[in-house]
Amino acid sequence: MTWADLLFLLPEIVLSIGGCLLLLAPVIGGRNNGVAAKWSMLLLLVATAAAIYVAAGAGIPSLALGTLFVADPFAVFFKLLFVVVIAMITLLSAEFLEDGRYSAWEYYSLMAFALCGMMFMASGTHLISIYVGLELLSLASYILAGYYKNETRSTEAAMKYFVLGATSSGILLYGMSLIYGACGSLHLEAISQAVATMAGNQALIIGVMLLGAGLCFKVAAVPFHVWTPDVYTGAPTPVTAFLSTASKVAAFAIFARIFYMGLHSLEPDWNSIIATVAALSMIVGNLAAVTQTNVKRMLAYSSIAHAGYALLGVLAMSEIGLQGVLIYMLVYAFANIGTWAMVMLLRRREYAGENVDDFDGLHKSAPLYAFAMVVFLLSLGGIPPTAGFIGKYYLFAAAISAGYAWLAVIAVLMSAVSMFYYFRLVVAMYLKDGAAADVIPSRQVRFIVIVCLIATLTLGILPERMIRGAARSIAPIVNLASR
Amino acid sequence: MIPTSWFLILGAILFSLGVLGVLTRRNGITIFMSIELMVNAVNLTFIAYARELGSLHGLMWVFFIMAVAAAEAAVGLAIFIALYRHRETIDVDEANLMHW
Repeated sequence: MTWADLLFLLPEIVLSIGGCLLLLAPVIGGRNNGVAAKWSMLLLLVATAAAIYVAAGAGIPSLALGTLFVADPFAVFFKLLFVVVIAMITLLSAEFLEDGRYSAWEYYSLMAFALCGMMFMASGTHLISIYVGLELLSLASYILAGYYKNETRSTEAAMKYFVLGATSSGILLYGMSLIYGACGSLHLEAISQAVATMAGNQALIIGVMLLGAGLCFKVAAVPFHVWTPDVYTGAPTPVTAFLSTASKVAAFAIFARIFYMGLHSLEPDWNSIIATVAALSMIVGNLAAVTQTNVKRMLAYSSIAHAGYALLGVLAMSEIGLQGVLIYMLVYAFANIGTWAMVMLLRRREYAGENVDDFDGLHKSAPLYAFAMVVFLLSLGGIPPTAGFIGKYYLFAAAISAGYAWLAVIAVLMSAVSMFYYFRLVVAMYLKDGAAADVIPSRQVRFIVIVCLIATLTLGILPERMIRGAARSIAPIVNLASR
Repeated sequence: MIPTSWFLILGAILFSLGVLGVLTRRNGITIFMSIELMVNAVNLTFIAYARELGSLHGLMWVFFIMAVAAAEAAVGLAIFIALYRHRETIDVDEANLMHW
């Protein structure tokens, strides 16, 4: 442990201290003040972003805690994305925290700890740092999912998430213990060296399969997806936005790092399994979404399908595949948060905004927001000129060049199916009259919708910077994998 | 000395029992106990491998896992208590508000 170590860990240190201070704030200040909590959280996020820049500029070799932790461009890409996503979710959450029924300080403190966990996941180069980061994220998420503690629905969601999440991390751990036995170490580089010399080792294959099952749970891929619709429906909507973007993106960060850095030479053994999981996620997610009338549930199934698309990039094991994963996570985060913000915008005291009918006639009462929703849905469906197209283009191209043309065909077909149910919302907004839907007068939620709209269109029309950024970010990992 | 494989087999049996318990039991606390059984099976496997490999890493893991499991117990039991306040039961099959 040296001073340089502390510099590389600066963002995580800032967040851990900040999270504790947020937790202590009501003890010192004595009041449950939603507005103050929100601004404190935003301030903490700005400090974290600054710390990320400092840590990223601190030089090479960016290793800390022995070699358990690395601050490479890949991690920096994800960390900055996490900070932006959490900032947007902070503003979305402010709406339900400011009326004082639920403790705002504790909420933001949990959010800060979850963010800290995600950052450890993005930077972990040893399964232990990845595991501890993952658990920090999961434990905070279980509580956040049940944050409407007066609503039975929310508590049920928390219980389901907890039981299934704890089981899946048990499975993940057992996988890790078998890998440890086979490879003698759990450092990703040591694993990659050991794996190269021991093709066909039984314990190793079972370990990798169990590890993969645990990761598939975290990204909500079929057949480990059953928790998703219930948890997404029952959790408070800002928390759902958090689970479907931040938490999923973090899970993909470790998925990509573990498989590209640690297990790339194991390719033939596991990629037929991943291919099946990806295909099933796309098919089951999209087909189940077609039958839903509850928007939150529909988006939950759609997020299962999106996990399937992103898995194509992990499966491809190529530069373009990894680049596709990063780009897809970025564009998916903006489009998805935008959609959840729209659901929140339609929510009144009751649960309006959750049924497809609630969108009826929105273009008359709020034409700008109806247009924004259309852009988000087009982006999720992968239609140009929105950002979603760029993401899907890279993923599908990666799948084809890696020899998975059949998967790319399924992906395109299922994207068409997804347009069918996304357009049910468009039809409701533009072609139906009904009791004209109205939007709540919340400045912060509206602000997020506009930010996501601008981001989705800009990234779609001028994607060069994003593509170059992704290419730079994957360089250290791809170099390792091709060695 | 007892061969390592015995410990590994015991670990596998305990882990399977844990999974079986999660799948078949309906009481929240029993499910949680089954999850703890899975985690302890993992600990046993780590210790057995650490002894065979003569490395301390596996033993370090066990400490981390125990700390995480304790945190998990705190969160999990709190969630079950919250659920009990709504439902007067922690039978997981009764948690059926959301269906499609």
